[in-house]
Amino acid sequence: MTRRRPPFVLAFLACVGAAFFVAPLLGLVARTPWSDLGEVLGREVVGDALRLSLVTSLGATIVALFLGLPLAWVLARFEFRGRALLRGLVLLPLVLPPVVGGAALLFTFGRRGALGGPLEDLTGLVLPFSIWGAILAASFVAMPFLVITVEGALRNLDQRYEGAAASLGASRWTVLRRVTLPMIGPSLVSGLLLTWARALGEFGATITFAGNLPGRTQTLPLAVFVAMEGDRDAAVAMSLLLVLVSLAVLVTLRNRWWGAR
Amino acid sequence: MSGGLDARITVLHPGGFHLDAELRLESGHTVAVLGPNGAGKSTLIAALAGLLPLHEGRVALGGRVLDDTELGVWVPPEERRLGIVHQDYLLFPTMSVLDNVAFGLRARGRARSAANRGARDLLAQLDLLQFAGRRPADLSGGQAQRVALARALATEPDMLLLDEPLAALDVTTRARLRHVLADRLAEFPGPRMLITHDPAEAFLLADQIYVLEDGAITQVGSPDDIRLRPRTSYAADLAGANLLVGVASAGEVLVGSHRLTIADTSAQGPVLATIHPRAISLHVVEPGGSPRNAWATSVTRIENYGDRVRVQTAGPLELTAEITPPALHALGIAVGDRIWLSIKATEVGVSAD
Repeated sequence: MTRRRPPFVLAFLACVGAAFFVAPLLGLVARTPWSDLGEVLGREVVGDALRLSLVTSLGATIVALFLGLPLAWVLARFEFRGRALLRGLVLLPLVLPPVVGGAALLFTFGRRGALGGPLEDLTGLVLPFSIWGAILAASFVAMPFLVITVEGALRNLDQRYEGAAASLGASRWTVLRRVTLPMIGPSLVSGLLLTWARALGEFGATITFAGNLPGRTQTLPLAVFVAMEGDRDAAVAMSLLLVLVSLAVLVTLRNRWWGAR
Repeated sequence: MSGGLDARITVLHPGGFHLDAELRLESGHTVAVLGPNGAGKSTLIAALAGLLPLHEGRVALGGRVLDDTELGVWVPPEERRLGIVHQDYLLFPTMSVLDNVAFGLRARGRARSAANRGARDLLAQLDLLQFAGRRPADLSGGQAQRVALARALATEPDMLLLDEPLAALDVTTRARLRHVLADRLAEFPGPRMLITHDPAEAFLLADQIYVLEDGAITQVGSPDDIRLRPRTSYAADLAGANLLVGVASAGEVLVGSHRLTIADTSAQGPVLATIHPRAISLHVVEPGGSPRNAWATSVTRIENYGDRVRVQTAGPLELTAEITPPALHALGIAVGDRIWLSIKATEVGVSAD
C-alpha cells in the first residue's frame, strides 16, 4: 500500500479504534495476579473447567470432522433441490444468538424433546446437563466454521486432478486420501482450528442446554462468568488463559487469514 | 499388444454441446485429433477416460469393451488403463516428482519400494532423475511436461492419450520436446492419440489425422491428405498451411535441393518453414518487383471453397496458394497450365525444429 502519512482525522479515529481492541487486553493483563497465578490456576474449579473445556472443544472438533466434512463435500460437489437453503441453515449458527441455539437444542434433545425422548428410550443417553450435551452445544455453534472453510476449498479445487488420479488407477478412497485431502489440507486444518477455537469459547448454547454444573458441564467461559461474582483472581487467570489460546490460534492461521503481506 | 481402439461416442452436454465421433486407432500408430478450441477435444478425452458418461456409443480397447450403452457396460476410469498426459499436466502439487510418477504404480497395488524403483527407472530414461525430489511447482514447463509423460507411461497403459502436450511451452522448448515426444510415441506399443489445435504438431507426430469441428469429425486422412486436400474451410485455414522441413543458414532455407530466401538471417540449423497460402502470389508471366522467391511451375489442382480458391502447384516445392474467384478468373488458369509463383521473403515463417 501507500507509504504516505494518513490525514490527521483518519489517523486519530484509527488510533481510537485500535485502542478499543488493545485497552481491554491491557486491562486484563494489569489486573492479573502474577504472583499467585500458579496457585490460582491450580485450584480445583479451574482445573475442572480447563479439562472440561478441552474435552468438549476437542469433542466438537471431532464431530465437525466426521459430520461437517461430509456435509461440506455434499454441499460443494452435488447439485440437489434445496442446496442453497441447506447451506443457509448450516451457516445460521454463525449469526444466531447462541442462547437461542441452546434453547432449540433443549426443545429437541431435551428429555421431553422430539428426539431426546426416543433417544433416551433407545439408548438410555440423556444429553441435557451432561458432558455430551456440552459437546453437542459446542458442535452446533462451531461446526459451521469447518463447513464453510472446507466447502470453499473443495469448490476451488480443480476436479480434473481427481480425474487424473482415477485414470492412473486410483480407487475413490485412494484419490480422497492421497490427492483431495492433501490438496485441501491447509483449509481443512484452518477450518478445524477455527472450529476448535469457537468451541472453546462457547458460552450461551452450553449454559442453556448443558447447564453450569462444576466438574460436569462448567467449561472455562462458564467458570469465568461464575468466578466474576466471587473469585475475581480466578476469573482473570482463566480469561488470560483463553486470550493466550485464541492468540495462538490466530498466529497459527496468520498466513491464511491475515498478515499475508 | 493386440488390437487398437474402436470408439463410437455420442456425448450430450447439459449446456447443449454435442459430440459425435467415431475413431479407429491401430496399435503402434499415432492419430492426431485436430480441432479448434471448443470443438469438443476435452469432451472426447473425458469420455474416453470414463469421466463423462456416453449418451450413446461403444468404446473398445484391445478387444476389451470399456463402454457400451446398449449392453450397459461401463468400466470405471481407474480400470481403463489409459495413460493420459493432460493439457496443463495436472501433476499433483502436494507430491514430489517421484511420488507423482510412482502414484499409478502404487494405486495399482505395487509396494512403495517397487513403485519407487519403477518410477526412478522411467525418470532416468527421460533425463529427469535429478528432479525426483522436487515439487511440480519448482519445475519448468518442459520438465513438467516430461514428468507428466513419465507418470502416464509408468503404469504401462494400453493406450496413450496426449491432450495438447506441447501447447503450454515456449517455442524453443516446444521444438526440443516434440522430438522427445516423437521418440517416446514411436516406442509405445499401443495406440496413441494426440489431441491438438496445432496443425504442425499433428503433421509432424501423427500417421493419421482426424479433424474435429463443432463436436463432429469433418475429415479423416493422412497428414498429406489434410494438408493438400482440406475438406472444410477450417482445415484449409489452419491445416492447409504450407509446411516445409529444411535447414537454415545465412538467410536461406534449404528444402530438398531448393533454396528459399527468408527474412530472418539469424536462423540456423533444422527449421520448419511455414508459408500461408494467401501469402503466395500467382502470375501468368514472370513477375517483376522485389519478391525474393519466384519460380515457374504448373497447376496440379484447383479447389473452390466458395469465397476463395486453393491452387495447388507442382515442384520444386509443392505449395498451395489461395486466391479469390475473381483472381482465378483473371488469371484464366486450369489444371496443367504453366504458372509463375512468388513469395516475399518476409512471408516465410521460420521456427526451430
